[in-house]
Amino acid sequence: MSRNLIIGAGLTLFFTALAALSFLWTPYDIEVLDIPNRLLRPGGAHLLGTDHFGRDILSMIMMGARTSIAVALVAVGIGMGLGVPLGLWAAARHGSLLDDLIMRGNDLVFAFPSLVIAILITAVFGPSAVNAIIAIGIFNIPVFARLTRSAALPLWERDFIRAARVCGKSSTRISAEHILPNITNLMIVQGTIQFSLGILAEAALSYIGLGAQPPTASWGRMLADAQTLVSLAPHVALIPGFAILLTVLGLNLLGDGLRDWLDPRIRVVRT
Amino acid sequence: MIRYALGRFASLVISLIVASIVIFAVVEVIPGDPAAFMLGVNARPDTIAALRAEMGLDQSLIARYLAWVGGMLQGDFGMSWTYKTPVADLIGDRVWVSLPLAIYALILSTIVAFPAGIYAASRRGSAGDTAIMGATQLGVAIPNFWFAMILVLIFAINLRWFSAGGFPGWGNPLAAIKALTLPAVALALPQAAILARVMRSSLLDMLGEDFIRTARAKGLTRRQALWRHALRNALIPVLTIIGLQFSFLLAGGIIIEQVFFLPGLGRLIFQSISARDLIVVESVVMLLVFTVIMVNFIVDLTYAAVDPRLRVRA
Repeated sequence: MSRNLIIGAGLTLFFTALAALSFLWTPYDIEVLDIPNRLLRPGGAHLLGTDHFGRDILSMIMMGARTSIAVALVAVGIGMGLGVPLGLWAAARHGSLLDDLIMRGNDLVFAFPSLVIAILITAVFGPSAVNAIIAIGIFNIPVFARLTRSAALPLWERDFIRAARVCGKSSTRISAEHILPNITNLMIVQGTIQFSLGILAEAALSYIGLGAQPPTASWGRMLADAQTLVSLAPHVALIPGFAILLTVLGLNLLGDGLRDWLDPRIRVVRT
Repeated sequence: MIRYALGRFASLVISLIVASIVIFAVVEVIPGDPAAFMLGVNARPDTIAALRAEMGLDQSLIARYLAWVGGMLQGDFGMSWTYKTPVADLIGDRVWVSLPLAIYALILSTIVAFPAGIYAASRRGSAGDTAIMGATQLGVAIPNFWFAMILVLIFAINLRWFSAGGFPGWGNPLAAIKALTLPAVALALPQAAILARVMRSSLLDMLGEDFIRTARAKGLTRRQALWRHALRNALIPVLTIIGLQFSFLLAGGIIIEQVFFLPGLGRLIFQSISARDLIVVESVVMLLVFTVIMVNFIVDLTYAAVDPRLRVRA
């Protein structure tokens, strides 16, 4: 196991554990305002200090971790859940009109500036965590569809697939029983990368006010609130940023580490 | 080449048509009555009816769509509901902030990424390579709007080298460039990190090719082979990424403009969203999508001109 894998898995586990713990316990209730104790520096009763409403920053980071992870995870789920079957289908019918349609559709989604469309979707349908998930998830679909297709195509030429065909298995069964298990590693690695991009996208959307709405805590919103206080209380702006940075870094290192560990030949797509 | 160009052009047109239908549908069809949406919940029915007539909502969907697209083709983006000025004028003012910002960031990211990527590839496995690759890991993980806030904290608030935001206009070009510097740096950082990684891996791929072995066998040093033969071939994937990045920079600028209070297209979109000025939102989004699709089209054609192998794949 590489150093990347250990550091990446450690950081990812840490933030996942923070998010999980927030369901059971947080040091303070983040919905209770405590104005006299606002903008406290880290240390003392509040380990990471307090924000402009006197809310405990550690508690908000824990609740924010929950939001970030949930949004990014479901968005990756949408991308995989729709993209992988589409890719498998296109590969099974390689060269057909269906294959062409699926791939052209993918190219089209890729051509859209994803952030702009995410802004459009959340602006029209109202800002919410669910709309952020949809906006981020849509752009995960072509990533997985393309990758699945390009990984599945060479498999269809292999002898064990031909044998399965001779046995009379349908192409749907072959895709599910033989192709899919052979591309799982690749999907796990790409899934990790998309997860990290999802965390960044969620942070950006909630920073501009189009993500999860108060009282739901989110790291991007914490940064937006802290922006005017940056000279007064820098820690309020620094801590959520480090939380995002470390989570994304952890996931990226985990993705790289997993790739080297599972199969060094895997090449992931990163834009 | 002509066949390839025609094929690409056909898919460009289809992309633009589908894009315009999607944007039109999202903005005008799905939310119900756009006039009621723009005026808010407390609007009187006769006000809504008047706005409906003004927006042409009493016409059929297809007629409205065709009028919108037809107008844009003639440079008429409609009238803004809140500003009471043509949308084209609003865009015209702000594009001179957003476009230079994206280009400035693209230049910065290329200037940083090329030497970093080439250095890392030429000294693979060295301490310098490890340091550069570590820095790029941080670069792709950092949210750029947060990096922007840190830049403001350090260079505007503490050192007072730059202003924390705002834009003086192009009357004084030096001041304008200075005002765009921190935003461009913030915007460029993640892209520079990605570009440096692509540059390095593309060069390393090339260094493993037979023609490099031949060049080395002829007596060229590793460095000579890299500069004379590998670099030129490694540039193809790098240019693809640069083309893609332009769209990320243009779209990413929307958020960075918020951090620095720059009066660009991003600000226009957000102000229009909060004022529910859908005509402006629709047109600005379409313009951004159009620019991105056009840039990708031009990049594709440029490659095909440079590298005949790409014409076959299409």
